[in-house]
Amino acid sequence: MKSLDRTGWITVGVMLLLGVLPPFFYWIGNEFYLLLATRLVILAIAAVSLNLILGYGGMASFGHAAFVGIGAYAMGIPVYHEFYGGFSAAASTNGLFQLALSVGLSALFALITGAISLRTRGVYFIMITMAFAQMVFYLFQSLDEYGGDDGLVIEMRSELPWINLDNPLQMYLLAFLSLVLAMGAVHMIVNSRFGMVLRGAKGNDERLITLGFNTYLYRLTAYVIAGAICGYAGWLMANFSTFVSPSMLGWSRSGELMFMVILGGAATALGPVLGAAAFILIEEILSSFTVYWHLPFGLMLIGVVLFARGGLLGMLQGRGPGK
Amino acid sequence: MSTLLEIRDLKKSFGGVTATDGVNLSLTQGELHAIIGPNGAGKTTLISQLSGALRPDAGSISFKGADITRRPAHRRARLGITRSFQITSLVMEMSVLDNVALAVQACDGHSFRFIKAARKISHLRERAQEVLRQVGLADRAALPAVELSHGEHRQLEIAVALATGAELMLLDEPMAGLGGEDSARMIDFLKGLKGKRTILLIEHDMDAVFALADRISVLVYGRIIATGSPDEIRGNADVRHAYLGEE
Repeated sequence: MKSLDRTGWITVGVMLLLGVLPPFFYWIGNEFYLLLATRLVILAIAAVSLNLILGYGGMASFGHAAFVGIGAYAMGIPVYHEFYGGFSAAASTNGLFQLALSVGLSALFALITGAISLRTRGVYFIMITMAFAQMVFYLFQSLDEYGGDDGLVIEMRSELPWINLDNPLQMYLLAFLSLVLAMGAVHMIVNSRFGMVLRGAKGNDERLITLGFNTYLYRLTAYVIAGAICGYAGWLMANFSTFVSPSMLGWSRSGELMFMVILGGAATALGPVLGAAAFILIEEILSSFTVYWHLPFGLMLIGVVLFARGGLLGMLQGRGPGK
Repeated sequence: MSTLLEIRDLKKSFGGVTATDGVNLSLTQGELHAIIGPNGAGKTTLISQLSGALRPDAGSISFKGADITRRPAHRRARLGITRSFQITSLVMEMSVLDNVALAVQACDGHSFRFIKAARKISHLRERAQEVLRQVGLADRAALPAVELSHGEHRQLEIAVALATGAELMLLDEPMAGLGGEDSARMIDFLKGLKGKRTILLIEHDMDAVFALADRISVLVYGRIIATGSPDEIRGNADVRHAYLGEE
């Protein structure tokens, strides 16, 4: 057994709780918390993927929700055609087919938009990623066949071997295992040689180029990996809510994903999960008091950025403010 | 001895300012060639064009016989040209050892390797340790780069350039801001490098330049007004007039 540091133990502990508590609530007859946790876990996967490029790569993408949306529509549209005809080549309820479509299209979208966006830096990168995401937003909004602004009700969940996604517990366990795998994959990537280049380029791009690394290609590769993982989260989200609408990929959703990463602790394994958990809890608690729950949420974020640079994880580790 | 780097009629201007005005220079393999000149003479601009950070307006640069004038910076680095920066350029949030290990990694094939943890790859770490020992930073290996002193930053800057294994090192004022003792140590270190690498050295510290250089070129207003051995440069009337300020 490899020895773990304090952060490692916190990570293992939180993940154990997350793996055990929601099924326990379900078992004692409280399904609500399981569903809440399912949404949390799926958002956490999206946040983990954003953390790869934002936290470790320094790419402040403001269009990450587009990948969730593309992944979700790529799950919903085949089901729609299966039920209502038309475009039979894409009609399918086969989960693996839908999954391949979700991940493949998200990765492709990341490749094309990343190739262009990553030629810019700073504010321009933020604006251009947001612009690409808004293009997808308006595309789906204008596609009346798939419900346009109202969204698309998904008649049937993905059919998978051995797994029945209509069972909330199985749905949760799949999402949870996916989160663990996504965290493991990102952890592996950022510590590999590739990851060292990615992190080095975040700190000092010119130095890395001078060493002989084509940092643009490394960034683009990370961007595509993040897009693919996030598309997977979209596929899960579509299966979870059996509904997809353009609002899933609006810029405010991208902003929420950014909040999660920064609030939880950017460039850490557990940070995005803590951020997603905080987001879900705050949303759930505050929105029961007021529809203006974003205001206190925003104030909290400002507080974290100003006083706890390491995010929620930084607080748990007991590090002082400003690191 | 063969020519490693050949610069012909290199020109670069920024708006109305001509920073490089028809520079011709060739470096022989293994020599330490110093470039001196007053502030604003275009020394750093010249190095930036050689490393690929800036693109010249006209002229050509060839390295080992191949024209590299239009090659991007990262490809020149792969060919064996590295530079150090006048203003320390490190990945400050990474450890000293990580900084050097990244440089070792740069000359160890491509880095699109996603599985194995980079910090557990022994030949990268060992080589990086070895370079740190050479520059005298071995006991600092685990510290974040940001925590080093200025003098140590300059040493690390050289260590990173050295670790790439590049044949040609473009050193932009390695002594910048160093006090007497640190400066002397750096001179000793560069002396030890002489003959093993080809070095183009920009330096204001004249003691260092005359102690180290095989040949010296004097750059004034983007033009090389003289090239020769340290003794020749010391005796050159134009140089005294333009640079050393004697009349």
